[in-house]
Amino acid sequence: MKGLALRVAHLFPKLMNIYGDRGNILCLQRRCQARGIAFEVDGLELGDPLKAKDYDLVFVGGAQDREQRLVAEDLVKVKAKPLREAVKRNVAVLAVCGGYQLMGRFYRTAEGEELPGSKVLDLHTIHPGAQAQRFIGNIVVEWNGTTVVGFENHGGRTFLGDGIQPLGRVVAGFGNNGEDGGEGAVYRNVFGTYLHGSLLPKNPKFADHVIETALRRRHKDFRLSEIDDAVEDAAHAAAVRQATRRSIIR
Amino acid sequence: MLNSSSSLVAPGCSYNISVIQRTAAVAAAKATAAVSRRFRLGGGTALPGLVAERIDPDVIQELSAQLNLGSVIITGTNGKTTTARLLRSIVKEAGLKPVANRAGSNMMRGIAAALVDAASWSGDIASAERRLGIFEVDEATLPLVANAVRPRAVLFTNLFRDQLDRYGEVETVAAVWRAAVSELLAEATVVLNVDDPSVAALASAAEGRVVKYGMEDTSSGAAKLEHAADARWCTACGSELGYAAVMYGHLGHWRCPKCGNARPEPDVFCGLFQTGANGSHVTLKLPGGLVEASLPLTGLYNAYNALAAAAAAAALGLGRAAVQRGLNSATAGFGRQERMFVGGRDVQIMLAKNPAGLNQVLRTITANGSEADLLVLLNDNIADGRDVSWIWDVDFELLEGKTHSVTVSGVRAWDMALRLKYAGIDGGGATTHVEPEPAQALKRALSATPEGSTLYVIPTYTAMLEVRDLLARWAGRGAFWEAE
Repeated sequence: MKGLALRVAHLFPKLMNIYGDRGNILCLQRRCQARGIAFEVDGLELGDPLKAKDYDLVFVGGAQDREQRLVAEDLVKVKAKPLREAVKRNVAVLAVCGGYQLMGRFYRTAEGEELPGSKVLDLHTIHPGAQAQRFIGNIVVEWNGTTVVGFENHGGRTFLGDGIQPLGRVVAGFGNNGEDGGEGAVYRNVFGTYLHGSLLPKNPKFADHVIETALRRRHKDFRLSEIDDAVEDAAHAAAVRQATRRSIIR
Repeated sequence: MLNSSSSLVAPGCSYNISVIQRTAAVAAAKATAAVSRRFRLGGGTALPGLVAERIDPDVIQELSAQLNLGSVIITGTNGKTTTARLLRSIVKEAGLKPVANRAGSNMMRGIAAALVDAASWSGDIASAERRLGIFEVDEATLPLVANAVRPRAVLFTNLFRDQLDRYGEVETVAAVWRAAVSELLAEATVVLNVDDPSVAALASAAEGRVVKYGMEDTSSGAAKLEHAADARWCTACGSELGYAAVMYGHLGHWRCPKCGNARPEPDVFCGLFQTGANGSHVTLKLPGGLVEASLPLTGLYNAYNALAAAAAAAALGLGRAAVQRGLNSATAGFGRQERMFVGGRDVQIMLAKNPAGLNQVLRTITANGSEADLLVLLNDNIADGRDVSWIWDVDFELLEGKTHSVTVSGVRAWDMALRLKYAGIDGGGATTHVEPEPAQALKRALSATPEGSTLYVIPTYTAMLEVRDLLARWAGRGAFWEAE
């Protein structure tokens, strides 16, 4: 594919880089380059404007509490509007963990404070208080006829609005809220999820789905070619085994 | 600190009852330790302590109060065990008798077990006049232990992201430490690594004396901040810190460009650091003058450990001669650059539990220049951290083109294989071999290592226990795997 490029906006790489989010960017890069697709990534920090038309994919990862607070403010003031515009124009978004929570309408902290979100997705997140169980562990989600596997670690419970679907169904683990069996969210070309691990490297099918979705906006019917995923598939299968074995014991 | 057991007793008879309780606790714990050793139920490091605490919740307070020279606590993400070991060596050279907990057994029960071990059956610490407690303490357990032993000095090594599923976030740990420092006795000394901004910030919470240490020789530092850098934000105003020199992780010579908050001048520092294949050499500046010492340990992180131990010794008023002799005569600890000789191969265990630590291990191994033989073991048990995503924050790219053979093992061997594939060390290819079962993996890694060469074994904590056990059994034997 001559001249093809995936242009990625990485939101807050310095502030939101916990839980191996770097692996997601490395994965996008590697899987593009393996197909001869150029990979361009711009890190956008606090105050940097988001020119959404310049990008095929917006990625935002997870953060510690202090950073998440800084990011939430900037997201609402500086980046939310162009981000919502971009979503309308079918730009793809991948939001993981803290980034996923920030895509919603609001996040209510353990102390009851309500932090506004970017309102990209019709969902909200509530932290039920410092004493509530934190959702920590390996997680397997049924997605698109296959599985997505990773690790979740969140206190907040996320509830989806009516016009929005979960990314998948929880096979082992907690997911959005530990109640309704849903994990993550999909709306237009936006993917939100609690899974890290890192998420993309050992979920090559999902990674390719995100890349294809991002590129199809400008290249209709675009399909990625097959590449050697032997190690990826083995890592995926081993992680699924580990997650389901543990959940039986629990 | 109030404990239900003693506070419910009438003041007049509390003394006697607490003595009876303590005696019973110590005796029961000692019996447990003896049984545990007799039937080889483990090293007897935790269970006796648990028994003692169950019978007498104040056992740590009561026994540690008998240590005439008081206690030192060492805490931090990385370097606790080695720093405590080096300090123990210095303290012995100074003619004192340290009471110390075993490596890794660094919660309340581990401290209780160490004290019980030092006590007689009647609950008295033997030769108490020369006894100094040296306790390495888990980051989150620090407030409890500090409250019980009322230490003379507390040393903080560093604060890195580590097992986020267990400890919570770095900021949470920093807040716990701050509160613990402000609760210390006014006469307690706080010993701080000022190269770590969040450790340096603890000085403002301290009521008593502060001893600051840091690296002045920046020649072994990293070119830039690593991916795993955490505390790169100013603790005073939140702006991004600037670095005149990065040592490793977020350690270095930092300054806030906005508010001027900057690394304080250290009282104790390392002015010269040189590392080789088998050891390293440090020149330390202590309050009274210089100390030059040779360590059997390599890598910048161990220079920090030596510096930390020297700073603690200075805080305790120990002489420079003891520091020098103590560092010179130190040996590698449990899984920390511990060496064994198996089948004509030199095997070195380099425990690594988090991104900052593993980056340091990789830098130390690749500094030798020769192509390394590696066995990397990744487990995800509770003591390792259940979340393995931290391996994506490690700069395995440092290894590219610098390995002779790579074997990966452990419960999450395939996650590690994938990470190495991304680092340009091809998983499943000619050089990387995946073998989840540790004994098989160790045999494979040994046979891939040329005779006379070094096999570097890089395990997470529980994998270290497994592989160390195997190596201890095989040490001194020939290349037995070739016959099988």
